[in-house]
Amino acid sequence: MRSEGTLDSTMTPEPARPAVRLDDAVAAAHPGAMPDGGPSAPGEPAVITVRGLRMSYGHYEAVRGIDLDVARGEILAFLGPNGAGKTTTVEILEGFRNRTSGEVQVLGTDPAQAGPDWRARVGVVLQESAPEAWLTVRECLSMYAGYYPRPLPVGRALELVGLTDKADARCDRLSGGQLRRLDMALALIGDPELIFLDEPTTGFDPAARHTAWEVIAGLRELGKTIFLTTHYMDEAEALADKIMIIAAGKIVAEGTPATIGGRATAATTVSFTLPDGVTRGDLPGLLASATAGRGGTVEISDDQLVRVLHELTTWALLHGYPLSDLTAHRPTLEEIYLRLTDEPTSPKGQP
Amino acid sequence: MSTVPEARPARAVSLVTHQARYDLRAFRRNNRARIFTLAVPVVLLLILVSLFRSGTVQAGGVTVKIAAYYVPHIAAMAIVGAGLINLLITLVAKRESGSLKRRRATPVPSWVLIAGDATTSVVSSVLIVVVLIAIGSLGFGLHVTGAAVGLAALVTVIGAAVFCCLAYALSGLVANAESAGPMAQLSTLPVYFISGIYIPDNVLPHWLLDVANVLPVRPLAVALQAAFVPATNGGQRFAAVPLLVVVAWGVAGLIVAVRTFSWVPRRA
Repeated sequence: MRSEGTLDSTMTPEPARPAVRLDDAVAAAHPGAMPDGGPSAPGEPAVITVRGLRMSYGHYEAVRGIDLDVARGEILAFLGPNGAGKTTTVEILEGFRNRTSGEVQVLGTDPAQAGPDWRARVGVVLQESAPEAWLTVRECLSMYAGYYPRPLPVGRALELVGLTDKADARCDRLSGGQLRRLDMALALIGDPELIFLDEPTTGFDPAARHTAWEVIAGLRELGKTIFLTTHYMDEAEALADKIMIIAAGKIVAEGTPATIGGRATAATTVSFTLPDGVTRGDLPGLLASATAGRGGTVEISDDQLVRVLHELTTWALLHGYPLSDLTAHRPTLEEIYLRLTDEPTSPKGQP
Repeated sequence: MSTVPEARPARAVSLVTHQARYDLRAFRRNNRARIFTLAVPVVLLLILVSLFRSGTVQAGGVTVKIAAYYVPHIAAMAIVGAGLINLLITLVAKRESGSLKRRRATPVPSWVLIAGDATTSVVSSVLIVVVLIAIGSLGFGLHVTGAAVGLAALVTVIGAAVFCCLAYALSGLVANAESAGPMAQLSTLPVYFISGIYIPDNVLPHWLLDVANVLPVRPLAVALQAAFVPATNGGQRFAAVPLLVVVAWGVAGLIVAVRTFSWVPRRA
């Protein structure tokens, strides 16, 4: 069963941790306050708040004034092309990099000034990492567990990422996918409230990616807040409550996977092949806006999908046209993303 | 930085012990570290002492037996190997692989990691110095007293800690894991030669010894030599001035390290 977060009375007073302990060790003190697994109610202070964040490297401004909020229990997918300011932003939130200006609060603290007690509440899966040479998976996790005031049992962390059967393998003998799972276990061993996942499934085969998604979805169930950066649109779509897209140092879109970039209301494209002897000029009403598509098809882009389909099918039935390759295509998240981040003048590469 | 319960002395000691346990375990399994740190000095000592067998050399103005010369000098080299060379290579590899950065993301204070590294250097240095003394004593008639061994151990601990600081300082100058080894060799080999580690003092020109005397290796060797043969240091078993030079290098190393040490990979 789920339980309330522990609050060790010997620790410096700080807000109770509403996130559930991953080891379910402590019975619920306030069952009514149990997290429901979804984003927290409005009014509760956000886990991450960013206002007007800017970061310059010399004359080059990598991050140009971004605002950002992540609520407790939320999974935010932070997307953007390489060089868009994504890594810089994440490193500022993780406390690895100082900023030029702007306000940043993560778990109620400015990460630039955060100390060990803040670090104990934040888990980080770095993009690039190598094994702790010479130690086994279990030893590596035990070593990291020793850094935290309230670590998970090593066995529980192994179980969460599905590495139990590799516990006694040397870290430098793991496969790429197993190493990334070890990284995840190392980020979870301190039982953090907030977890940064930087491209957690890059280089995974499809099966390994789906396993990783299950692990991440499991963390959501436990009320953890997750800041995810990824290049995979299906990953963002499968996991995120909210998506933010950064391009050339600015947030260019923000929303749920279903609504981002006007996706919910965007024009749907209806496509079909014209029957023999019919030209585009023969199409009636709304259909007259048809343009030539790929491979001899015609396309009609319109936000009034039902009306287009009604006119089209009525016309086709009337003339007995089968229209056997008729499709209606809503823009994918990837298409929205490519449209939003297509900035021919975008500066190249960040330091 | 806010203070947390971990800052209490008991917690600090247990954290360092915790860290050192894993660092020593990694050291024990690392062939490269074991061979360079432990085997190379033993082999060198055996070769040098066997070469000159029952001869003597001039050191500090007095005549000393070959074993009494080479045991402390090779011990000094072994301490540099365990403290500076091994740690420099390990440290740069950890930094470039992102392992240091990942630890930076945990609540462990940086000084705990440094203390863990220093403990590994000190423990492996003491181990190798004891082995070298045992070989000298059992195989080559080195005269060993309790005072000599006790003082040699103290000098070893100080030396290991100092060269540990120098490893942290040098790591800031090494760009990648590939150049850590050559950089370590380059910064030590010439110093060994002018410090009388391989070639006895009396063969070296005075001006070279003057240079070596202000570098950290020769003062360490002189302090170890004095522990066994006080006459080489004007009768003083405790070589205060050379030790002061060694410690000064440690302090300088620490100052440079604080300014140039990097937790994140250099490439990027």
